[in-house]
Amino acid sequence: MSSSTAPAPPAPDEPPAGSVSGLQAFYERAGGFLVPIAAAFLAFLIGGIVVLITEKSISAPFEAYKAIFEGTGLTWFIPGGDTLEEARDLQQTLLITTPLILTGLAVAFAFRCGMFNIGGQGQYWVGLLVGIWFGTHFDGTPPVLHVTLTIIAGLLAGAVWGGIAGLLKATVGAHEVISTIMLNWIAIWVGKWLLEAPDGFLQGSDPTLPRADNVLDSAKLPAIWGALQPLHAGIFIALFALLVYHVLLNRTTLGYEVRAVGFNPDAAAYGGISVRRNYFLALAIAGAFAGLAGVIDLVGWKYRLTSTEFDANFYGFTGIAVALLGRNKALGILFAALLFGALQVGTSPRQLDPEVFNPELATNLATMIQALIIAFVGAEFLILYLWRARRRVGYRPRRIRVEGA
Amino acid sequence: MTEPPLLELKGITKRFPGVVANDHVDFELAPGEVHALLGENGAGKSTLMNILYGLYHPDEGEFRLRGEPLRIDSPKAAIDAGIGMVHQHFMLIPVMSVAENIVLAVEPRKGPFIDLDAANDKVRDISKRFGLAVRPEARIESISVGMQQRVEILKALYRGAEILILDEPTGVLTPQEAEELFEIIRSLQAEGKSIIFISHKLGEVLAIANRITVLRRGKTIETVPREGATEESLARLMVGREVLLRVEKTPAEPGEPLLTVSDLRVNDERGLEAVRGVSLEVRAGEIVGIAGVDGNGQTELVEAITGLRKPEAGRIVAAGEDVTAEGSREALDAGVGHIPEDRQRRGLVLDFSLAENIALHDYREEPDSKWGWLYPKRLIARAVRLLKEFDVRGGGPKTPAASLSGGNQQKVILAREISRNPQILVAAQPTRGLDVGAIEFVHRRLVTERDEGRAILLVSFELDEVLSLSDRILVLYEGRVAGEYPPTVSEDELGIAMTGGRREAAVA
Repeated sequence: MSSSTAPAPPAPDEPPAGSVSGLQAFYERAGGFLVPIAAAFLAFLIGGIVVLITEKSISAPFEAYKAIFEGTGLTWFIPGGDTLEEARDLQQTLLITTPLILTGLAVAFAFRCGMFNIGGQGQYWVGLLVGIWFGTHFDGTPPVLHVTLTIIAGLLAGAVWGGIAGLLKATVGAHEVISTIMLNWIAIWVGKWLLEAPDGFLQGSDPTLPRADNVLDSAKLPAIWGALQPLHAGIFIALFALLVYHVLLNRTTLGYEVRAVGFNPDAAAYGGISVRRNYFLALAIAGAFAGLAGVIDLVGWKYRLTSTEFDANFYGFTGIAVALLGRNKALGILFAALLFGALQVGTSPRQLDPEVFNPELATNLATMIQALIIAFVGAEFLILYLWRARRRVGYRPRRIRVEGA
Repeated sequence: MTEPPLLELKGITKRFPGVVANDHVDFELAPGEVHALLGENGAGKSTLMNILYGLYHPDEGEFRLRGEPLRIDSPKAAIDAGIGMVHQHFMLIPVMSVAENIVLAVEPRKGPFIDLDAANDKVRDISKRFGLAVRPEARIESISVGMQQRVEILKALYRGAEILILDEPTGVLTPQEAEELFEIIRSLQAEGKSIIFISHKLGEVLAIANRITVLRRGKTIETVPREGATEESLARLMVGREVLLRVEKTPAEPGEPLLTVSDLRVNDERGLEAVRGVSLEVRAGEIVGIAGVDGNGQTELVEAITGLRKPEAGRIVAAGEDVTAEGSREALDAGVGHIPEDRQRRGLVLDFSLAENIALHDYREEPDSKWGWLYPKRLIARAVRLLKEFDVRGGGPKTPAASLSGGNQQKVILAREISRNPQILVAAQPTRGLDVGAIEFVHRRLVTERDEGRAILLVSFELDEVLSLSDRILVLYEGRVAGEYPPTVSEDELGIAMTGGRREAAVA
């Protein structure tokens, strides 16, 4: 760039289109959380319009959102009302928020190293499956030790699953998007086989059911709030993981390397950083977060796994939305996970009065809003591009006027 | 001027957020003259020309064409007014032919189809008229940079340009190609075209322009005729103070060899051999310059020496250590400092703060970190010190590198590399895109480091730079050393060697 660049006009400085590192650099520069908030708001607005059309009533969207909001238990923070009911709902919201924080971190950490980890779902399952084995064995181990051991095993299993994709990228250059997606399916089908096949390895004591036994009591996390399906101590682990994520990235040499590779692999290599090693490590650490999500769900409240759940549980995928909306920042991920967790609980049919709006619409609305948020966050490029284009019009009016006389 | 100026720019003002890029700039172009617009990077030359070409809209000021008011608010309007621009970075489509590129968007048609024969004929006609030899059927990607530039000029002429803006046209050319460009400019002038020649190089401005307008910090400083102007006087106008154009240095006192490269072979990205058996030696306390046209193996040679690319064969010994097959970390540890040719792609993590960028090599060592734990405050403390020492302006230790100007970015890189106290310093295109003031700084610093006893390998496409800094000059042509020359060699002789004209070495 040896042109005599005058003070750069705010014109086109788009990052290399399509590259993850370019996207990250763009996020860093765009700064602020205005866009994610706008994206969420827009998604709710469109969701409301859909409710309006299907229910053919002006007040329907407001009633629906009110019902959803009340269903999330977030009203617990507002004095008054049925505190017991609200508390129960809030416990459920936080119960879902816990794995979402961790799967969000799994996507975010890889993202900071310039990679798109679509494998959170598979890493979640592998953590959970390995957790089953550890949780149902070692009877007689002291409780604290057993649950710690189980959680660490699940975490490491996730790390291995993510690490495979990392190793493939580092050695033969296999693109992580492809390999993590394939590893998802491997995890799901191996999991089904382990639970369903006659005498499946993880199948429980009833050979007619495709499910594992409950983990032993000594492998369960303690409940901290509530009675029926209570909130468990796993939320502290998730919050701690957020802290670890932040500190790891910003206060360690490993995080420095990961960020350098994520922003600019060429400069990182020039700085003496092994780009391949960081690809591997970043995906392994990302996998560890997702594996942790799986095993904590297991020892926190699921206790066992039925093979039908493979088709119904998408915490790993929702993690992508969490990371995108949370802009790969610890605090952002916390709030994004809470939003998606609340949305899921608030729209679950059992929370809603069918008089207000029908249960099918309720669950579908949650999925729709989630998808819209992802679409809008993904469309940030577009939104900001249009924004800048609007400003640029000042410099480049389209009309041509040649005034002569 | 007896006749009215062809083009007049009066009081042009352009503000960008936080900065006035053009501050009531006046400029006039006489018919048939070559008028140079001279100024440092950031002086506002390109902004002014982008306004004239309709890419920006001025906040104040007016244009007059042959005395008539003119309004230009798009490139189309500029073209209609007979203004053509050749950008520094060519806007050509590599897979299309010369003729196709030239007639793009104004194609002669035969029904719904492009009439390629007519296009070829027209291009042949016009190139003959102005003495620009190009083959209309050749594909852009297969012709040289100098040729591509002619295509850009033809493109403007084809659209009926009477006024031609050339933005830093010699930046990408060899000395011979630049000389050919000057011939073309003269023949265009003879045909009655008027030319605005943008440059920050004093020598070429004096060689080609009739009049010279100097811009500094967005303001018109003065318009002077070529007669009576000297490099020194122009430099003073440009920078606003006395500038040392010649690099002051004492004769080198070379010590022991610190960098020895023997029979090195390196492949490029595509696996083709780019460095074909290069041997060289750099001693402590000397600057060895590598001259050559871009793409003759310089990049690969530098990357091999600095551990960024594995050589196929040969040996590299840095400060007594064999680093041939090692990585960049090992090269750094052996004492090789590296100022990379592309500071934005290689030299800096643009989204990192300056403090983080300065730590790019040392973040793993104390005091930056201990046991993998990073101490951001220590990074910042060191950055504060170095930014001051190297006079980096435009940001503090927490500023992202992306927001600095090119010259200041380069100073950050210099600060990082030199502060590590390397025995060997590989400087690739160290002043590319920098203005006179920053170039002076970099050059002086390199000479200082030489005098400190470092071995410096300088790779540059700028002949001036190689000639004024080097104690010995090697010419790289097609991946081989095409000759070794003393710094007293003439530019012509080097130019010939750079284009493969002669292989045998002149006396060293």
